[in-house]
Amino acid sequence: MMDFEGYEKLGIGDIVRKVVASDRLNMEEGERLFACPDVVALGSLAHWVRTRLHGKTAYYVVNQHINYSNICVNGCRFCAFGRKKDDPLTFQLSLEDILEKVRERRQDSITEIHIVGGCHPELPLSYYESILRSIKAQRPAVYIKAFTAVEIAHFARLEGISPREVLLRLQSAGLNMLPGGGAEVFSSRIRKLLCPEKLDGQGWLDIMRDAHGLGIRTNATMLYGHLETPRERIEHMLALRRLQDETGGFVCFIPLSFQPTNTKVNGSGGPTGVEDLKTMAVSRLMLDNFPHIKAYWVMLTVKLAQVALLFGADDFDGTVVEEKIGHMAGAESEQALTRDELKRVIREAGFDPVERNCFFEKVEP
Amino acid sequence: MLLERRRDGNRIAAERLSFEEARALYRDADFHELGGMAHAVRLAKHPEHFVSYVVDRNINYSNVCVCGCRFCAFYRPPGHEDGYVLSKEQLSQKIEETLALGGTQILMQGGHHPDLRLSFYEDMLHFIKSRYPIHIHAFSPPEIIHFSKIEGTDIATVIARLRAAGLDSIPGGGAEILVDSVRQKVSPNKCSAAEWLGVMEEAHRQGLRTTATMMFGHEEEPEHRLEHLFALRDLQDSTGGFTAFIPWAFQPQNTGIRRSPETPVSYLRLLAISRLVLDNFYNIQASWVTMGPKVAQVALHFGANDFGSTMIEENVVAAAGVHFRMSVREIRRVIEAAGFRPRQRTMAYRWVEGGE
Repeated sequence: MMDFEGYEKLGIGDIVRKVVASDRLNMEEGERLFACPDVVALGSLAHWVRTRLHGKTAYYVVNQHINYSNICVNGCRFCAFGRKKDDPLTFQLSLEDILEKVRERRQDSITEIHIVGGCHPELPLSYYESILRSIKAQRPAVYIKAFTAVEIAHFARLEGISPREVLLRLQSAGLNMLPGGGAEVFSSRIRKLLCPEKLDGQGWLDIMRDAHGLGIRTNATMLYGHLETPRERIEHMLALRRLQDETGGFVCFIPLSFQPTNTKVNGSGGPTGVEDLKTMAVSRLMLDNFPHIKAYWVMLTVKLAQVALLFGADDFDGTVVEEKIGHMAGAESEQALTRDELKRVIREAGFDPVERNCFFEKVEP
Repeated sequence: MLLERRRDGNRIAAERLSFEEARALYRDADFHELGGMAHAVRLAKHPEHFVSYVVDRNINYSNVCVCGCRFCAFYRPPGHEDGYVLSKEQLSQKIEETLALGGTQILMQGGHHPDLRLSFYEDMLHFIKSRYPIHIHAFSPPEIIHFSKIEGTDIATVIARLRAAGLDSIPGGGAEILVDSVRQKVSPNKCSAAEWLGVMEEAHRQGLRTTATMMFGHEEEPEHRLEHLFALRDLQDSTGGFTAFIPWAFQPQNTGIRRSPETPVSYLRLLAISRLVLDNFYNIQASWVTMGPKVAQVALHFGANDFGSTMIEENVVAAAGVHFRMSVREIRRVIEAAGFRPRQRTMAYRWVEGGE
């Protein structure tokens, strides 16, 4: 039962009534949610919505992460992963290296391979096409979720063709889905400060629209807890919500908790646990047309991700062997969780674990 | 009824929970509702929105122990090559480092060493007090009982002698779960629940303040946790000597108990029910050492009003494979980000000058 009077005292009674009636929240209401001092009350409301959508189910995926290269032309200040080409700490996997990584896990019943990397200055589109074709030949039943919108735009520029043509070529080479990375926060103020070289917010959204138009479903992320304001977070969510209204192509929203270690963003210690949970809850409440919200344990830590399942999240992400991007920025979480460990942490948090593929279709393990 | 309670912390605080009510709440209450009620009580008890912390260091004077508790990854049996007893030089160095970092106290605990006499501990206290202006929070009840057996004298005499030698307060360790059937399984050679409570009663009678702990999530049942809380509440009714309650979740790595660690969800529930049951305890501590900074911060919204210690040194939890680190600056940042005002305190929960 909803504690209307309690919410009234917190000054968000009107918002709660809208949530209960499945009415959409606006910018001003989103800002009031962020300003609410009672994170548990927000969590309770987000949990109510999450339960209405998913009951006691919490999803997980058995997947493999592959980062093909950390060489990147962009130099985003929040990133501890990307390196300029002349840096001694660069790496670049050959097609054979990548196939070896895929072979290493041929005994595991994974359903998804997640591939992302830096914006490499030279590798041609044919390199990425051959990655997709070779992996598909080796593991035809596994879905490949690869290349953020930022990488797609970069490939298009290098190749001198449109992003849509890039997507078409990658799709016919075996691409099943795009991950949601590179969205950061769409605010041009923030992008100027943190990632001036990167594809802008509108460009990111346009590529996602193209992908959805071609039947390529995608995720969406938001990197929060650096220099952005709560209002800029809400603007980001509303931009995603508008595009989702238009295309319906987003599967899952992933709030990414900024990891400050080894980055060039000064003056921020990164989001604290309360801010992580608040952002999770507000995301669930604002993004009424997104079916799924992910608690990405690599960034949150496993412990906080468990709590986040009670603050609006319904997905725990995956087994993630060999994650580099978050960990190079100081993420203190484990490198990988096994299927059994994922099921255990979900169950112990009070939920029923359900294995899914990248489209959130149920998988029988 | 529960929802009304959630809204009015003063009213919940004024109405003492019965065991049956506590059991029903702990078992059935919604996670957020339990947290909301605990937070309301916490705000009623501490309306000024401070969250306190202490700058101190754990000094483990020895790891040699005859107890052999199954949950412990820290101790070494007598004769083991890794066994140690700190020298006075080592103690001095650790205390000087603590003072240099703005520390106000040391928390000194160790194993039950089979050979050291009470005079050894008295000498240690004298040595420290004659050289350093520092609060000594030392010797949990099982150690005091061990000293009394070695010395062949009663608890009151041991406490009086330690106090005369410079002991300022007693930490609440070794409580584990204050139910004998559980203690017999996990720590059969350690003192009984009544003995633990007896030491605290005597310490309070002699004017020493103490804390109380609970280590949960090993081989106890949920109801045993409640029995523990009610035992503490009863003693606090009669003595008023406890300053704070500190629950922490058992960390199984490197110990003789095989199970997965308690989840943060279960930790937060336990913290919340503690705040609701222990209406006569002013302070409840969050444990970042076991739960990590993120969950410990969230605990400030589930009934905790204290962030514990900076733990310049910590060995016991670290021996069980858990290594979180926090600086004073980070502790203060996290407290502020949770919506509270950080303030440095002493063991007796008095504010430290300039600690705001």
